[in-house]
Amino acid sequence: MGNLYDLLMQDSRFEDALKACMNCGICTAICPAAEFFQYDPRRICDIVQRKDENEIEALLRSDMIWYCGQCLSCKTRCPRQNVPAEVILVLRQVAIKLGYMDEHIAEQEKRLAETVGNNILEIGYCVHPDKVKPELHQEQGPIWEWYVNNIEAVAPKLGANYHGDGPGALRKIREENLEEVRKIFEVTGGMDLLKTLKEEK
Amino acid sequence: MDESKNKRYWNEYQKEIADDKFFYERSCIRQTFFPGSEAAFLKIMREELGKDIRDEANQHTCTGIGYHSDIVPLETTMTVVARLFSLMTDAGYENYVPSCVTSFGIFTEMVEMWKEHPEMLEKTRKYLKEATGRDFEAPKNIAHPSDIIYKYRFELKEKMKYQLVNRFTGKPLRVVEHIGCHYAKIFPEKGIGKAEFPYVLAGMIEAWGGEVVDYPERRHCCGFGFRHYLLQENRGYSVANTKKKFESMEPFEPDFIVTNCPGCSMFMDKWQYTIAEMENKTYDKDGYGIPVLTYEEMAGMLLGYDPWKLGMQLHQVQVENLLDKIGIPYKPNEKYRGANGEILPSPEKPMNLKV
Repeated sequence: MGNLYDLLMQDSRFEDALKACMNCGICTAICPAAEFFQYDPRRICDIVQRKDENEIEALLRSDMIWYCGQCLSCKTRCPRQNVPAEVILVLRQVAIKLGYMDEHIAEQEKRLAETVGNNILEIGYCVHPDKVKPELHQEQGPIWEWYVNNIEAVAPKLGANYHGDGPGALRKIREENLEEVRKIFEVTGGMDLLKTLKEEK
Repeated sequence: MDESKNKRYWNEYQKEIADDKFFYERSCIRQTFFPGSEAAFLKIMREELGKDIRDEANQHTCTGIGYHSDIVPLETTMTVVARLFSLMTDAGYENYVPSCVTSFGIFTEMVEMWKEHPEMLEKTRKYLKEATGRDFEAPKNIAHPSDIIYKYRFELKEKMKYQLVNRFTGKPLRVVEHIGCHYAKIFPEKGIGKAEFPYVLAGMIEAWGGEVVDYPERRHCCGFGFRHYLLQENRGYSVANTKKKFESMEPFEPDFIVTNCPGCSMFMDKWQYTIAEMENKTYDKDGYGIPVLTYEEMAGMLLGYDPWKLGMQLHQVQVENLLDKIGIPYKPNEKYRGANGEILPSPEKPMNLKV
């Protein structure tokens, strides 16, 4: 196995995100994920900072790095201007790259790639009313089902341009725009990442 | 402390917001759940404030939700952002207005990264050129739409038909405000009042006659959690965090909640329904829940816009009690009609949450 710490350092975000952690634990105190999961961003920064390759590998293979909810509350509070949530983004990308994700995490990321990823490439947005199926979103309540069932009649009342040409909310995204977005994904590694995630078993 | 010192300190908590000629970027979540709010913002900008704001047909997502869910790499997000900026540049605009708090965080982060790491800016230019043949300039000013409404809150007050006052008691309405994590937690100096003294919505509330509820969990996350909400089995994270906020605000008996971020707005509305259905618990006294408004809906209803054109019928927690308290007229029979006045079937009623 190569040097995992060096791999983390290759990400341009890493050096800015973890300067010198003094282990005060303010990030953990403010963290919504630490309240909900057995999760401790202070410990993650400590492990990474100590550069112990075995510990970093165990961390990359663990579920712990997948608990962060990316609220970035840790960035506001860290007295040393570290950004644990960004360290997490880098750790996750390395875990994906090395195939270190546990099976159920890989399956979850696959689902995200097949939903949000496909939405971006096919309709130009991460989320769209056509894709928020009431049967998969019971928390959206009966009002969401009503809206989705009657969207063609209701959307114009709200000033939306549902699947229409020209500007406006929920308009049809022209093919030439989608083509440029897809080309950006190809050139910058976005398509490769989606492919990797979709192929994970 | 003397007043001039106070003023000087408070100046540090302000941000620069452009005056005119804005380039508007629509939001994945706001246009999905609150299209009426985006329409209201453009109407306020053009008809109430006389501003030039471009609604570009060729725009698209910033990929922010995918980026924070680990399915879109940094290089892709920064180049997609650059394409959006190139649309702004081509149209002759320099002031960027993203309709979403996650996007606001993404755009600010990319611009700050380019300043800190010029080699990343060069890389972005190279990627964009290779993929699309386009060039771009970074915006001179990035403001969230709420920043602009805040800036012109007193001008808008002059045009408002209603105030945030309970017409039965004559007292100010008690309002919970939620600015959303990515508005001021990532780059505090980019938010009015920074992360410590959130004032972008509070300033609107106070200017328009209401009273801000300062409750213990005011700054806690709404619980979106990106991958956590998007994955069905992880949604417990999301509802648990919002519940923590509801429990904290409940003793203060707020009249309504107003939010900066479209995701927060949707979650704080829909999780009240979920908690009511699961535990038969609401956080008001009467079992209706606490109405949750976007800031565009708040401004629009006070300006006298039709609540059903603002899209307030799409909330699961009903808004009629709030409209009655302020004295805003509405047509109950119009609520569930289509754009051409056609009568549509009414939505089903929740089991526990009163509607």
